[in-house]
Amino acid sequence: MAEDFNASKPIYLQLADRINRQILRKELETGQKLPSVREMAIQSGVNPNTVQRTYSELERMGSVESKRGQGTFVTEDQSVLNQLRQRLKKEQISSFFEDMKEMGFTADEMISGLEEYISDEERGETND
Amino acid sequence: MKNGVKRMIEFNHVTKKYRSQAALNDFSLSLPAGKIIGLVGENGSGKSTALKLISGLISPTKGSVTVDGEVATRRISSKVSYLSELDAYYTFYTVTETVSYYASLYSDFNKSKAEEILDYMKLDRSKKVKDLSKGNRGRLKIAVTLAREVPVILMDEPLSGLDPMVRDSIVKGLLSFMDFEKQTLIITTHEIKEIEPILDTVVLIKDGVLLKMEDVEELRIEQHVSIVEWMKQVYQDGGIDK
Repeated sequence: MAEDFNASKPIYLQLADRINRQILRKELETGQKLPSVREMAIQSGVNPNTVQRTYSELERMGSVESKRGQGTFVTEDQSVLNQLRQRLKKEQISSFFEDMKEMGFTADEMISGLEEYISDEERGETND
Repeated sequence: MKNGVKRMIEFNHVTKKYRSQAALNDFSLSLPAGKIIGLVGENGSGKSTALKLISGLISPTKGSVTVDGEVATRRISSKVSYLSELDAYYTFYTVTETVSYYASLYSDFNKSKAEEILDYMKLDRSKKVKDLSKGNRGRLKIAVTLAREVPVILMDEPLSGLDPMVRDSIVKGLLSFMDFEKQTLIITTHEIKEIEPILDTVVLIKDGVLLKMEDVEELRIEQHVSIVEWMKQVYQDGGIDK
C-alpha cells in the first residue's frame, strides 16, 4: 500500500511531487505512459478527481504530456526534466537553509556541516 | 445548476421527527452528481436519518427530499443503492445465493460486476453468510451495494468495526468499482482518516442541523487543515456559515 498522504496538505500536489520524483529516479522513464486516472487512484488510494488534477498540474509543469485519446506520458523533452531536477534541488536546499537559519546556524556552519555529513555518508559512517 | 454541475440530491427545509424528537431540523442541502461525499458528525447527529430519507425508507415530517429531480419515496430505490448500518441479508444463504437474491430484487443489478467484486474481495462463494468473518460480511455488503447500476449509492458506516486491512480493501474496492462518471456516493463514517483521501466533499451535521459543507481539497489548500482539524474548528465556532 502506498505511503499515506499528509491530511492537511493538498493531495494533488503531494501526488504530483511523488510522480515527479519517480520521473527523476527514472522509475518512470521518458516517454512512458502513466497509469490511467482510475488505476492511479486505486494505486495511491485517492479520489480520481484528485488524480485528474495532479495530471493537469504535471502537464502545466511540463513533466508530462497528455495525448488525446491515448493517455498521459512522461515528457521526452530532456530540458524540461533538467529544469525539474534543478527546481526540486532548489526547493530542498531552500527548506534546509530556512530551517537551519531559524535554529541560528551561520552559512559557514551549514556548509561545513553538510560537507562533513556527506563525507561521513560516503564512508558509510552515518548510522541512520 | 450551480457552476454547471448537476445537482443529484436536494434536501429542501427538511424536518424529520421521531415522536416529538427532531432528528433533522429545517435541513437544506444540495449535493452535486459524480462525487464522493462524506457525511460526518457525532453519534445521533442525524447522518443515518439523512441517508434513510434519500433512500426513501422514511419520509420527511416537513419539507422534501429529491433524488435526480424525483421526490424520494419508496420507489426511489430504483435510483438509490443503500448499504444499511445493520446486517440485512439471510444468514443461511451462501455468498452466491446472496448475490442471486439481490439480482432478483433489482433489475439494475449487474451480476458480472458483482462477480468481479467478489473476486477482488477474495470471497469464498460457497460459504454461508453466517460462517463468514465480520470483515468478509462487510465486504459482501459492499459487493452487493456496488453492483447496482444506479446514480446514487449510500453507505451507512461501511467501515465501522472492521480491521484496517478490511477497511483498506473496501476503500480500494470503492475506487475500483464505482462509476465516477455516473454515480454519486455518500458515506457516513467515523473512520474519517481512512476515507479522507477519497472524498471530494465533506458535510458536517450536528444535532440535526447542517453546520458546513466544504470541498475537501480546498480545505487543505486554503486552510491547511485535515477534515478532523476542520471539524474541531467548526464545532468551536458553533458552525456559523461565512
